[in-house]
Amino acid sequence: MFDFSIVSSWIHGLLTGFMPEGLAIFLECVVIGVCIMLMYAVLAIILIYMERKVCAFFQCRLGPNRVGKYGLMQVFADVFKMLIKEIITLKSSDRLLYNLAPYMVILASILSFACLPINKGMEVLDFNIGVFFLMAASSIGVVGILLAGWSSNNKFTLIGAMRSGAQIISYELSVGLSILTMVVLTGTMQFSEIVANQADGWNIFKGHVPALIAFIIYLIAGNAETNRGPFDLPEAESELTAGYHTEYSGMHFGFFYLAEYLNLFIVSGVAATVFLGGWMPFHVSGLDGFNSIMDFIPGFVWFFGKAFFVVFLLMWIKWTFPRLRIDQILKLEWKYLVPISMFNLLLMVLIVVFGLHF
Amino acid sequence: MNIKDRILEIVPEAQFAEQGDLTATIPAESFHALAERLKYDKDTQFDYLLSLTGMDWGETLGVVYHLESTVYGHTIVLKTMTANRENPELPSVSDLWKAAEFNEREVFDFFGIRFINHSDMRRLYLREDWVGYPLRKDYDDSLNPLRMTNEVTEDTTEELSLDEEGNLVNKTNVLFEDKEYVVNIGPQHPATHGVLRFRTSLEGETIKKIEPYCGYIHRGIEKMNESLTYPQTLALTDRLDYLGAHQNRHAVCMCVEKAMGVEVSERVQYIRTIMDELQRIDSHLLFYSCACMDLGGLTAFFYGFRDREKILDIFEATTGGRLIQNYNTIGGVQADIAPDFVKNVKEFIAYLRPLLKEYHDVFTGNVITQQRFKGVGVLTREDAISFGATGGTGRASGWACDTRKRKPYAMYGKVDFKEIVYTEGDCFARYMVRMDEILESMKIIEQLIDNIPEGDYQVKMKPIIRVPEGNYFASVEASRGEFGVFIESHGDKFPYRMKYRSTGLPLVSVIDTITRGAKIADLIAIGATLDYVVPDIDR
Amino acid sequence: MEIKKPKIKSMQYEDFKDNAYLEKMVAEINAEGTNVLLSSLDDLINWGRSNSLWPLTFATSCCGIEFMALGAARYDMARFGFEVARASPRQADMIMVCGTITDRMAPVLKRLYDQMPEPKYVVAVGGCAVSGGPFKKSYHVVNGVDQIMPVDVYIPGCPPRPESFYYGMMQLQRKVKLEKFFGGVNRKEKEEK
Repeated sequence: MFDFSIVSSWIHGLLTGFMPEGLAIFLECVVIGVCIMLMYAVLAIILIYMERKVCAFFQCRLGPNRVGKYGLMQVFADVFKMLIKEIITLKSSDRLLYNLAPYMVILASILSFACLPINKGMEVLDFNIGVFFLMAASSIGVVGILLAGWSSNNKFTLIGAMRSGAQIISYELSVGLSILTMVVLTGTMQFSEIVANQADGWNIFKGHVPALIAFIIYLIAGNAETNRGPFDLPEAESELTAGYHTEYSGMHFGFFYLAEYLNLFIVSGVAATVFLGGWMPFHVSGLDGFNSIMDFIPGFVWFFGKAFFVVFLLMWIKWTFPRLRIDQILKLEWKYLVPISMFNLLLMVLIVVFGLHF
Repeated sequence: MNIKDRILEIVPEAQFAEQGDLTATIPAESFHALAERLKYDKDTQFDYLLSLTGMDWGETLGVVYHLESTVYGHTIVLKTMTANRENPELPSVSDLWKAAEFNEREVFDFFGIRFINHSDMRRLYLREDWVGYPLRKDYDDSLNPLRMTNEVTEDTTEELSLDEEGNLVNKTNVLFEDKEYVVNIGPQHPATHGVLRFRTSLEGETIKKIEPYCGYIHRGIEKMNESLTYPQTLALTDRLDYLGAHQNRHAVCMCVEKAMGVEVSERVQYIRTIMDELQRIDSHLLFYSCACMDLGGLTAFFYGFRDREKILDIFEATTGGRLIQNYNTIGGVQADIAPDFVKNVKEFIAYLRPLLKEYHDVFTGNVITQQRFKGVGVLTREDAISFGATGGTGRASGWACDTRKRKPYAMYGKVDFKEIVYTEGDCFARYMVRMDEILESMKIIEQLIDNIPEGDYQVKMKPIIRVPEGNYFASVEASRGEFGVFIESHGDKFPYRMKYRSTGLPLVSVIDTITRGAKIADLIAIGATLDYVVPDIDR
Repeated sequence: MEIKKPKIKSMQYEDFKDNAYLEKMVAEINAEGTNVLLSSLDDLINWGRSNSLWPLTFATSCCGIEFMALGAARYDMARFGFEVARASPRQADMIMVCGTITDRMAPVLKRLYDQMPEPKYVVAVGGCAVSGGPFKKSYHVVNGVDQIMPVDVYIPGCPPRPESFYYGMMQLQRKVKLEKFFGGVNRKEKEEK
């Protein structure tokens, strides 16, 4: 298996060769920060293009195909345009909070993105409480949304922000409980170890029934967390104009737009890591020849492949179902998903205690 | 039971018209008592107010009422006048028929007639600071240049009433209190299907009250008609309810042909019926697409439009237009049908039938859709009749109001089709009525398409068309309800007054009643299923 | 550096019926002269801007249905990149005025236009927005949207076919490609009465 720690230790050795340790680490942090933001931007571009093409194919039409071959340059054109749009300052908005809100949303998004393990040895933030940190960091996004809705001084945005806040806070419970189920199965909260433990089979196969239930609940709740799919009432275009980001223009709006797609990717990435094995190839215990062929394919290909597969699933759901009303969304969560998740957690605990998993 | 005798019994001073439809002229003092008797008496039961038209007769102003009974099916036209032009007042009938609420506001807006005991005497279509009354014959347009200042929206309204001595008293009614959380939905809004403005008083997510403000697409068509000849007025009818273009023009042509006593050939009747039904399918497919889009299932929007394009191809081959068709004329149609019209229509029907099942799979059977539609926005049958909400909305509430069955015209009396009636009156019933109507329309077309007789497509008419004096009314079943045309002619080549009975105005007036206590998301679902087109409301 | 003629993919320059105003703009820009760096930057930015014009969802009457048909599967304006129709004016690039503008709607439309961020464009679609159309003689209709705001492209028709919409949009794209980021914009505006 391609192990990225070869590359990172080589770079570290090179740098400490001609500068003190502290400076080398500082330089490495800067480089990693730049790389994360670059990867963030590139992934956002890929995702936006994918969404437009996928949704077009579902709707029996072609999607962008004039700007560059197959429309590949379309999103770059969108980005250029967004960068030079005028940023309008509102006369009677709360200036500080209004300008702060998009940055909070991006901050939460980048922090969560940095937790995902992309390859063996290629993880940026790897604590022993990785899962817990990820959920806490992604909750900061709610603050950004509420600030955006409140500080725009607009009744529509306030309604949108309230809806969004209620929805995200409720669904974090389900997300937490379903990931907790898998933590019970793997016994650790550290991301690199969760993935390493799946070397003999992905969690979704190891944990059979409760893992499958947890996966489905996680997909539904993760969808709701990112305000997408059947749960996109807060930014429902045909209802409240544009929801909580109505009053943002130019690059501030660009940040909200980017963050939405990246949150989708993060949800899929976490699903791929915790349930589908992260960068771990598909191993069948006993078939050693098959396993070594699978090992040839590098880890990040597996990771991105799985993540994009889950993204495709979520996009499929979004473009098929109509929207739920806010009271139906909250009812679904509190009356159905939370009790099922808690029962599922109990089931998983019983299975682990009695050793009934694979 | 003779209606004329009954009226003379209650109001001996009534006079009856010589020409045109049977019209009774009633003096203003006894009008309200007569109206009440006509509504509540067991053997008359005129519970449906079809149309309320303001008129300017030179010395006096007045109103013409078209009434119909849903129980017996008989109709009557009543006329009443004000005492003078300077202070025109008439008794209001909004306590008897809720349809009168908006219609009387419209008459106040255009003619200045104030109605006593109407709880909300404000202008409906024009700005509050508009000077003068446009449809009066002595209106001066120079008093109203384009005002670019923002409108000041009042939260109070006026009501006139008579005290014991018979003096007029003004009362102020409050629309919205100061402390209410009032949100403005529209006029530019993706979900209002056009430019309609709703001021909504909210409590959290629940709607307490809605005030619609119309007139953002009021183009003054009725005033323009008074200076256009009859064939010229046809040019504007397509642009009223553009998804009922054939049907609107059919109504006007029918009215003029009835007034002049012109008989069109059977070929023309067949063609008009087939085109009407194709237009109805087109409109219902667009309804389906927009309902899905409003609810968030955007994919179904594209499927509906894709199929609608096939109908537009058929239209374009014959009439030359996709949306605005200009096809019916007085005495026939503009041009004969295209050579492959019959073949294309048959192919289209064979193509659409299995697709309707696909639509139901994608959208109707979905549990989310059913949760959003069932039990939402219930309109009772009495309210539907009182407001005059015809079309799919009325039929979903249990009122069998299809004009094709009540007053058959063209070929509808000779083909076999069901009238789709549901009784629940909620959004889901309204949605299903229209989906089932597509099937019925296809059935009608199939019965007619192979048997189009030979003949002329246009009767020879005189170059200048003059309609004989009198009042004439004709209505058709347009895609959205009963579309009626009322012409008062003084023998000229221009109509003296030409009014369109709008299909959408009753639907908008119903919104306040059925959205009380619902959520904002329900307002969108209700608006989508009521299926109104705003230029038809505003004319 | 010489500014070249604006190019639209798969459509010849000569097929456009009216190139005179563009050539005038090109001559103006060339007369002032620009340096290589800035004009390459301009080219890049204009390429980005012209391929990513997001319309505001604004339709008052019949032309709005043709606009929806333009976005639908058969004509598919997503191929050009226009399908992201934003509902909020603060996020839209251009406003396609589809349908008649009445006296009551005029101040609302002006307010929407004012809320849009620069650079913004206006396309007047259909006879009613161009000059009042069939309703020119009415007491409540504004005779053309250019009475209240500057218009970039006019698309005549009642309603215009979707192919006419595309022709108008491509004209707009050509116009955007000739703008200077640091300079003026060529617009047609009537005096406000």
